[in-house]
Amino acid sequence: MLHFTIRRLILSVPTLLFISLVIFLLLDLAPGDPMASIPLTVPPEVKEKMREALGLGEPVHIRFLNWLYQFFVVEPQVAFDHIFGTDFSEGKQRIISFQSRSPVMSVVAERMPQTLWVVGLSYVFATLIAVPIGIFSAYRQYSWFDQLGTFISMVGFSIPTFFSGVLLIVVFSVILGWFPSIYDTTHTITDWGSFWFQVKQMAMPVFVLTLYNAAQVSRFMRASMLDNLNQDYVRTARAKGLSERVVVLVHVLRNSMIPVVTVIALGVPNIFGGAIITEQVFQVNGLGQMLISAIYASDAPMVQTLTFIFAVLIVLFNLIADILYGILDPRIRYD
Amino acid sequence: MTDTTTAAAIPSEKPRNQWWDVWDQFKTHKGAMAGLVFFVFIILAVYLGPLLWTIDPTHIDIRARNTGPSLAHPLGADQLGRDMLARMLQGGQVSISVGLTAMALSLVLGTFIGVLAGYWKGLDGLLMRFTDLFLALPLLPLLLVIIMLFRDPLRSVFGLETGIFILIVFVIGITSWMQAARIVRGDVLALKEREYVLAARSIGTSSGKIVVRHILPNIMSPIMVSATLGIANAIITESALSFLGLGFPPDYPTWGRLLFDAKDFIQQYPERVIWPGLAISLTVLAVNYIGDGLRDALDPRIRGR
Amino acid sequence: MTFKTALMGAVASLALVPAAFAERGADGHVNIIYYQAPSTMNPYLSGGTKELESASLVLEPLARYNEAGTIVPYLAESVPTVENGGVSEDLKTITWKLKEGLKWSDGTPLTSEDVKFTWEYCTTEGGGCSQSEKYNDVVEVETPDELTVVVHFGVPKPFPYGPFVGAQAPIVQKAQFADCVGEAMASCTEENFSPIGTGPFVVDEFKTNDVVSLSANPHYRDPNKPAFATATLKGGGDAQSAARSVLETGEFDYAWNTQVSPDLLEAMLAKGKGQLVSAFGTLVERIMVNMTDPDPALGDERATAAHPHPILSDLAVRKALSMAIDRALLTEIGYGDAGRPTCNVLPAPAIYNSTANDACLTQDIEGAKAILEEAGWVDSDGDGIREKDGKKLSLLFQSSTNAIRQDFQAIIKQWWGEIGVETELRNIDASVFFGGDAGSPDTFQKFYADVEMYANNFDGTDPEAYMANWECKQAPRPETQWQGNNMPRFCSDEYDALVAEMAKTGDINKRAELAKAMNDMLMQEYVIIPLVDRGRLSAHSNTLGGVILNTWDSELWNAADWYRIKE
Repeated sequence: MLHFTIRRLILSVPTLLFISLVIFLLLDLAPGDPMASIPLTVPPEVKEKMREALGLGEPVHIRFLNWLYQFFVVEPQVAFDHIFGTDFSEGKQRIISFQSRSPVMSVVAERMPQTLWVVGLSYVFATLIAVPIGIFSAYRQYSWFDQLGTFISMVGFSIPTFFSGVLLIVVFSVILGWFPSIYDTTHTITDWGSFWFQVKQMAMPVFVLTLYNAAQVSRFMRASMLDNLNQDYVRTARAKGLSERVVVLVHVLRNSMIPVVTVIALGVPNIFGGAIITEQVFQVNGLGQMLISAIYASDAPMVQTLTFIFAVLIVLFNLIADILYGILDPRIRYD
Repeated sequence: MTDTTTAAAIPSEKPRNQWWDVWDQFKTHKGAMAGLVFFVFIILAVYLGPLLWTIDPTHIDIRARNTGPSLAHPLGADQLGRDMLARMLQGGQVSISVGLTAMALSLVLGTFIGVLAGYWKGLDGLLMRFTDLFLALPLLPLLLVIIMLFRDPLRSVFGLETGIFILIVFVIGITSWMQAARIVRGDVLALKEREYVLAARSIGTSSGKIVVRHILPNIMSPIMVSATLGIANAIITESALSFLGLGFPPDYPTWGRLLFDAKDFIQQYPERVIWPGLAISLTVLAVNYIGDGLRDALDPRIRGR
Repeated sequence: MTFKTALMGAVASLALVPAAFAERGADGHVNIIYYQAPSTMNPYLSGGTKELESASLVLEPLARYNEAGTIVPYLAESVPTVENGGVSEDLKTITWKLKEGLKWSDGTPLTSEDVKFTWEYCTTEGGGCSQSEKYNDVVEVETPDELTVVVHFGVPKPFPYGPFVGAQAPIVQKAQFADCVGEAMASCTEENFSPIGTGPFVVDEFKTNDVVSLSANPHYRDPNKPAFATATLKGGGDAQSAARSVLETGEFDYAWNTQVSPDLLEAMLAKGKGQLVSAFGTLVERIMVNMTDPDPALGDERATAAHPHPILSDLAVRKALSMAIDRALLTEIGYGDAGRPTCNVLPAPAIYNSTANDACLTQDIEGAKAILEEAGWVDSDGDGIREKDGKKLSLLFQSSTNAIRQDFQAIIKQWWGEIGVETELRNIDASVFFGGDAGSPDTFQKFYADVEMYANNFDGTDPEAYMANWECKQAPRPETQWQGNNMPRFCSDEYDALVAEMAKTGDINKRAELAKAMNDMLMQEYVIIPLVDRGRLSAHSNTLGGVILNTWDSELWNAADWYRIKE
């Protein structure tokens, strides 16, 4: 397995380079113009000058190589300098966003806390809730619990977050006045009072996202458990006199985890891709909101960098999933 | 010789087709039957309904705007005075056909790639890196490029509506197969090491046959789940595409779009949100129960009981 | 909130001068929401409205427009004119005098050097300054003493208030930006995010595209202002959630551009937490008519002057399209009190407003049909669509993605259907539609459609540059990389002559006559079909006083005068 992991890690380098090239070309080909949000009162000649100042005059391969150099050389140096107080990156051009003309990586760092608090936490909650629900629904198939779970998860998945978010705001902010409708990203936790405020402002977006994610994971968990509950080995295990608890939670669960692990691993990078609509509805302004506004503003360096980080996470978590398959089912071999 | 005699001995009763068993089992599943009945009802309603309810869904009756249910407009009228019932029916046609075809496309694509990658080790690396690539591509720029390149050619070959239908199904299909592929591959990796597959292989069964006879039936349940989630996903994605101007023309109703348009009026006219929301949820729920029933019915271990 | 207190709030907010005993910082905190978040605080880097307006809390120009569109001095003593000798007789120099004792927020004095530097800062090559047009024709800025600035133009400027006037061209501090000139402009992140200014507030923390935290400027020239000690300018969400946060939940005090359906606003107002303010400027929602043929079969000559439009070249068709529209109804549905029907592409200021075209205010479906009949467009095959010489009245109507625009498209399609014109609708994402990407077929400049709808206006009160948009040479075409503002590709020698005439006319009344003549020509040719004169619409809470909505400058122009109404 170690051999496999190392080989995959090495292989991932050309994969990621290729992915970054494809993304770059795609963004270059996509219609859209960083000047689109500039008012029409600014004359075209001025816009052309502004475009030149963004470096859009350079040919595409030069811009790509520039980006590679900045991402793999300059940005790590900046991070190194930041930690150790050195000055390797002095005077070097960092990746600069078209919209704000500030370094992309510092914006990413700025957006990280609210993204992790809201999107990350809701993903953790969703997984923690969905797995037991899935197991129990399958074990007591067609019980009222299962029926209710099916109904809620299907409604939860088929109602888009742009709707459920607005609904929650209307009920809990406008009518009841319990929670703030707008997330305050400058809020810092200093004591119990401010912690309580943080909980309140997170409550609605976290709930919306948890419902959505839990619906998906619990469906896969349930289906997979159902498949395994009828297998011969379950009968054998029961016949051996193992307790029901051990049979279900050890034998069946372990064998049912493969599709669930896949779904969960596919979802983790999405935390960093952000929950675009939910962030928009509650003005969380995390990474998702940043990505979508960058796309709308045709802010290529920002989109390129974010999607590339996203790609790294995808490759990484799919590798982790593959390793987990081998652990869950030792018969799976990659060599 | 004995073979021919036994075959001749019972000619009167043809061997019962196994699909009858499947159907018998399916019938015993109450939820599945209810889902099927409802689904057939929705299909009939959206396809035959417009023949009975003949108001043009794009006709604007400005005096009727923002009115509640009445005889002239049983479900009320929207912010421009267009009949909601007519829009629901027409919107259902688009949403259901987009949902089903896009889901089918992404499922076929995902299953195909997943099985290839899971079963044939040589293809695994390449196909899974390809999947990673698709997972990583930013959706919106990709859509903009696809629309830019293909909208006008498709429109001139197939006409406005069919052209855009093909485009949307294609776009949703090729951007949503990756999850199914990863899940199928994961299951296939485990299944192909199971004893019965090894047994089949050792008696010389061809790989293609093993996949079709032994692997595919055993990965039906994750595929079914993907299918139900896929329909919901396709209906919602379609509305997002249309909203962004990447889909059907703006006056063309679909369930997702109706829901999107109405969400701003949630306090004033809640019924306008409820109808499309209910239609999407119930359709997805119905498909889910049908999927459940089908999965049970296809599982010989359950069928016997 | 009873009706009485709401009324009191409304009355109090009419009072322009806050109570005399008010002192700086006495009123605590003010929350402002912009549904589009500012990406930088430097207006010279981004010409976007959201950046201009947020920056106007910190940076100030020499003079700016007030709510009536009159130029009022800010950092300058007075507004120079020919009459008071501030503008030379040949219209080539303007002399500004700074107020005495002005200080930057870091305590250093503001001098004429800073003003001169601002000009250099924006016009140095390689920086891509978004407001460089404001400094067009400036050849030299002289600083005879610390408080005097003399601006020399290369050509006579009938309207010399481009440089250093309005939210677009505020003064930046030389000491702070000296190293940020030219190509270094973009890399000065720290400076661009928290510029030192003379305005009422100072940036404490700037999170790009998210939130700006500000506090009162300790060196602001009026010792009693601003009344608020701190301010937050939050961005994100959409217009509706911004309106809701002020009018329904009361979390915010001021919401910018709350342009949502009038029905919704009415329901929100019923909560009694806030009120709407609106004012009209020059923004007109209009339909542009393509005078050239957008047929894809034409290849490179598609939508260029080489091929006149097969059906829209006929004046009768263009006129009929305009007559079939009920502008009052569109206004009512889309904009409510924040809009009014208009028949002019140049609706304001008042002296430029023509009344020659007001007949269009009444919808005339029958008249439109008659005109089409007369011009030979008849429905000969009974499919409800008129045709002539084998050409059907069938149009592709494009616009940017926006709920109100899509509603407008649907209604207009219906009216045009009634007069026998078939319409296909298309909406395009705003980032593509308004982008100048020459590679995309969907930009509003390329205009690969028959008609398109969007809104446009001009900065300040002088329409010269705006009216020059429809000069023949302004037509977007391959040779100009599809840049240019003459979307209809309107081309008339007579019109071009009027543009040239206006550029050398100084007398305000003559300028008004010329502008009106140009407006009327465009209207009577029906190459532009104006629909709605759109006002600005913002919301503020009942407890926020001193708000005066200004469409000629930044909405936050008088934030120094805002105060909390005590209940």
